[in-house]
Amino acid sequence: MTRTQLTVNPTTTPAAQRDAARETSPADDRVMLSIEHLSKVYADGFKALDDVSLEVRRGEIFALLGPNGAGKTTLIGIVCGLITASSGSVRVDGHDIVRNYRAARSLIGLVPQELTTDAFEKVIDTTAFSRGLFGLAPNPAHIEKVLRDLSLWDKRNSRVRELSGGMKRRLLIAKALAHEPEVLFLDEPTAGVDVELRRDMWLQVRALRERGVTVILTTHYIEEAEEMADRIGVINHGELILVQNTTELMRRLGSKQLTLQLNEPLQQIPEMLAEYELELSEDGHTLIYTYDTHGERTGITALLSDLSRAGVRFTDLRTRETSLEEIFVSLVSPQS
Amino acid sequence: MNLRAVQTIYLFEMSRTFRTLLQSILAPVLTTSLYFVVFGAAIGARIPEMGGVSYGAFIVPGLIMLMLLTQSVSNASFGIYFPRFSGTIYELLSAPVSSFELVLAFVGAAATKAILIGLITLATASAFVPLEIAHPVWMAAFLVLTAVSFSLLGFILGIWADSFEKLGFVPLLVITPLTFLGGTFYSLDMLPPFWQTVSLVNPVVYLVSGFRWSFYGAGDVSVVASLAVVAIFLVVGLTAVWWIFRSGYRLKP
Ligand SMILES: Nc1ncnc2c1ncn2[C@@H]1O[C@H](COP(=O)(O)OP(=O)(O)OP(=O)(O)O)[C@@H](O)[C@H]1O
Ligand SMILES: [Mg+2]
Repeated sequence: MTRTQLTVNPTTTPAAQRDAARETSPADDRVMLSIEHLSKVYADGFKALDDVSLEVRRGEIFALLGPNGAGKTTLIGIVCGLITASSGSVRVDGHDIVRNYRAARSLIGLVPQELTTDAFEKVIDTTAFSRGLFGLAPNPAHIEKVLRDLSLWDKRNSRVRELSGGMKRRLLIAKALAHEPEVLFLDEPTAGVDVELRRDMWLQVRALRERGVTVILTTHYIEEAEEMADRIGVINHGELILVQNTTELMRRLGSKQLTLQLNEPLQQIPEMLAEYELELSEDGHTLIYTYDTHGERTGITALLSDLSRAGVRFTDLRTRETSLEEIFVSLVSPQS
Repeated sequence: MNLRAVQTIYLFEMSRTFRTLLQSILAPVLTTSLYFVVFGAAIGARIPEMGGVSYGAFIVPGLIMLMLLTQSVSNASFGIYFPRFSGTIYELLSAPVSSFELVLAFVGAAATKAILIGLITLATASAFVPLEIAHPVWMAAFLVLTAVSFSLLGFILGIWADSFEKLGFVPLLVITPLTFLGGTFYSLDMLPPFWQTVSLVNPVVYLVSGFRWSFYGAGDVSVVASLAVVAIFLVVGLTAVWWIFRSGYRLKP
């Protein structure tokens, strides 16, 4: 197995790196994760996964996007051996996760959603412990590298309970990388991590991908999925509603709303503003403009100058992203 | 076989023990001394010899068994309950480790600690009464087999328990009474015939008796019966653990 590389190039912006990376995406044809007709019914009769099928190729970054309770953690849990599937099968690099669990699990690193750590252990010990569990010989150099890459080396002799929440999350990542996995599952990796470190983490995930590691992550945030993933799978109520290239999906989802609070209520929308397809609230006090962030132009500048020409004055304005919920509605509704 | 993982878990569990080394040693030394002050010196002085040995010497095997049973059960149950409680069990379940290896590591560590404490108890006792061990090999065998069987039992308890209350419940309400009523501090023939018969369904009677036989060459029941009971315990424990991992009981939803 090759050593984990987590080099970060600070000179380029994340976005530029991402776009560059996507063009030279190292994803090859080897299927690393293959899920077929996977369903899960919990003991209480709740159906958490409903006939999910999915393939992820080597070197891909795949984001599972879905609201609370969609079934993301359940899906990851089954692949990693924490939850028993009700039906269907999963293979990791061709190894069935039940019949050939040793081979399958050796390839997998898991960063769980919950911050579960041994409070009384030292950072370095618990990281080395994870490596030993996977049957690998001790490798202090690798452990040091992983801890350094996650900015935890200075904390190596601290007890886990002395770490902050964000540090604990990074420690979980370090533990998952300690055995040099080929497939990395990150269940909400950036929850509770500050903006700067979040950027760092994104870069590191991409660096992992560069050396052929396949990354599957979950998130509630469209921006995060957009920022990191090559492909996005949208999951809701246990069903994988769609799987698409990030760029294509973003084109489809990237609408925003501009809401204007008017000075004077309007009876109706002036003729000359018809082309903007504005919505007027019942009481005539608010105007809503929906636009595409990925379009050539948003039309906001033109709208604002046309508004003043039409003599419409406003006291306040705000913009808002389409919420996940609205996106699910738009995805499952027939016209989309 | 992922021996490295077994070793990793075993050493991790043992390091937990050594972190609290002083407590681990002090507790049994203190308890044993108290028992000897009360039962050996104060009360024992008025009790005639039992089966050719002084009362103080008579209670040593029972006392070691008492320590062994409670330590095995509490170490093993805590060892597996804690990762379940804290959530760190995810790491064990997602590692390329078989259930056999998992049991080997956890039960092995719990039994090791229990045996160490048994030996400390023995050493402490020898400071109070002159000891002779008639069958040292059998003594060691009883020590190890009992520690392993009851660590298995503790392991099962740690998987079954879903609260700290339940975790403390079994040792307190089952193990301790069974040990006290198991001929630890008396010989069965001191009981009325009816209670002698009742005692024969208490498995601890067989353990204490077999263990005492390995010290003084005599016990309440035959040594074959004692061995059979230990064997039954082992088989029942192993079967239960096998079923737990097969069904994912309390481990995998
Ligand atoms: N052990 C369990 N028993 C019964 N139901 C469960 C169990 N674990 C999860 N569920 C249910 O299954 C559904 C999916 O849960 P899951 O944790 O997979 O969601 P998720 O997509 O990860 O959500 P989140 O974004 O909040 O983490 C939820 O409705 C949850 O209540
Ligand atoms: Mg989740």
